Amino acid sequence: MKKAQFWLWTASLATYAFLYIPLAVVVLFSFNDSVLNAEWVGFTTRWYVKLLHDDDMLHAAANSLLIALVSSSVSTVLGAMAGLAMHRYRPRWLPFLVLTPVAMPEILLGVSLLLFFRQVLDLSLGLFSILAAHITFSIGFVAVIVRARLAGMDESIFEAARDLGATPWATFHRVTLPLIMPALVAGFLMAFTLSIDDFVITFFVAGVGVNTLPLQIYSMIKVAVTPEVNAVSTLLMALTLTLILVASRFAPDVLKGRS
Amino acid sequence: MTLLEIRNVTRRFGSLEAVKDVSISIEAGEFFTLLGPSGCGKTTILRMIAGFDEPDEGEILLDGKSLAGVPPEKRPLHTVFQSYALFPHMTVAGNIAFPLEMTGKSALEIRRRVDETLALVHLEDKADSFPHELSGGQKQRVALARGLVNKPRLLLLDEPLGALDAKLRVEMQIELIALQREVGITFIFVTHSQQEALALSHRIAVMKDGRVEQCDEPDQLYTQPANRFVADFIGKINLLDVEVTASSKVLLSLRAAGLGEIAATDPRPIAVGERGVFALRPELIRVFGHREAADLKNRFEGVVRELLYLGDVTLYKIELANGALIEALMPNAAPGRAKFHEVGDAVGVCWRHDAGVYLRS
Repeated sequence: MKKAQFWLWTASLATYAFLYIPLAVVVLFSFNDSVLNAEWVGFTTRWYVKLLHDDDMLHAAANSLLIALVSSSVSTVLGAMAGLAMHRYRPRWLPFLVLTPVAMPEILLGVSLLLFFRQVLDLSLGLFSILAAHITFSIGFVAVIVRARLAGMDESIFEAARDLGATPWATFHRVTLPLIMPALVAGFLMAFTLSIDDFVITFFVAGVGVNTLPLQIYSMIKVAVTPEVNAVSTLLMALTLTLILVASRFAPDVLKGRS
Repeated sequence: MTLLEIRNVTRRFGSLEAVKDVSISIEAGEFFTLLGPSGCGKTTILRMIAGFDEPDEGEILLDGKSLAGVPPEKRPLHTVFQSYALFPHMTVAGNIAFPLEMTGKSALEIRRRVDETLALVHLEDKADSFPHELSGGQKQRVALARGLVNKPRLLLLDEPLGALDAKLRVEMQIELIALQREVGITFIFVTHSQQEALALSHRIAVMKDGRVEQCDEPDQLYTQPANRFVADFIGKINLLDVEVTASSKVLLSLRAAGLGEIAATDPRPIAVGERGVFALRPELIRVFGHREAADLKNRFEGVVRELLYLGDVTLYKIELANGALIEALMPNAAPGRAKFHEVGDAVGVCWRHDAGVYLRS
């Protein structure tokens, strides 16, 4: 018994160490007063200051924020509609259509979107194609969260609203919308997180000229992992973590596995 | 005055006929109950009245005007749902104000009506509570208040007491009767509990398999059931298979196999030789010991096989000569009564000739 416990503890600690030590190292070296990621020299924030003066980086960050904001807003609306439709009409094919992009390997999605934009639509790649791609893979996440929220709800609430004199539209904005609002916030934050750090799909559909933060980081480490990369990674990590934490507060049933 | 008329309504779900050619008319101010086992179509009828469903055939008229195609929000009636269906994101006052807001009442008017209705259901101190902070009985009252606040022509209640415990249910029954009398709004109540239906209603429609078996006042249903199903569904009853041996103007002579002649009454002209069922309520049967005199016509010998002592009354299961088991309910408070009968006692049973009902099958 004791022995088994010891091994279980060791295994889990090793797993978490493996997961989090690399992240900790990145954070640590972003404050290291040395151009090399080799040894600890001293504490500095100069890499963060340097980031602020790096025009390429700022431009990429602005792109990423814009794409994330727009794509998560659009996919929240579309995903909510899909979630509501899946819940209300229970069509057999809709969950399949909506959820496939969630399960699809990113590289496949990236390649197929690239082919679709270029060969089928003959679209020039850029901001718009990235937006379209991000919306595509985010809808499913929002839809799942909205549907999970609705599944736990008493169906007669919506009938009661109609019965008490509310038109379908009034029912939606006085009853349905307030009730799914936590799911919408959580879905929006999820979509935002997915968008801002997406690399694989963005890489395929970005074309030339438009850079996002992950693409920019990738192009920088092709040369060397500079402390500046560590700094921007740390910022991205902090943002993502914050969003995930906020999202889990709004939809604990989806993200924490609580019923 | 007829408020609601259900005229030859049929509703099918696939191959299943949930409601079959039902016609009911409900008077203004009535407490009307649809009673029946689950799956009998009573909830389907309620949903069609509310507008969540439409009849395949026939029509529903309110004040003489057809409700066909009128969406739920345009019908001057409200529903109290079995699950209460309170809006979880609104306070009690917000829930009750909802129907008023939907009709565009002024804020002042809404405030006044909400306060008035909260007082009606004794929930003045819960105005700012949220539904999850309330007990089952309180939620029930909020649901009622929300249904009544807009003074609908008709209030539909779908098994509203089903989720309450037994004691609370009796209290709410008394409150419901008082409330209906006070507001004067027509209630259509759906339940599977015959006790609830008998206690609350002015009239009851007993339903089975999508049809109305009988529609009558509670005491009429109880004493004059129209058929075997109604007799059996409402209260306890003994059913004996019989054959008509003689029939005069009102007097009827029935023969139960292995038992003998039973004298009964029936105003209908009934042919000799007809087969049917003789239905007799347990409380109308007298059980007596051998030394007691009983000079009634319907008098049979039997043996007590089981008894259930219930305090105020005792339920005896008595095996008659032909092997049929009948149940008799005797009050334990009869004056001059020395002792109860025991299991295994040979006893006599008797009843007045007008105690039972002959049901044609």
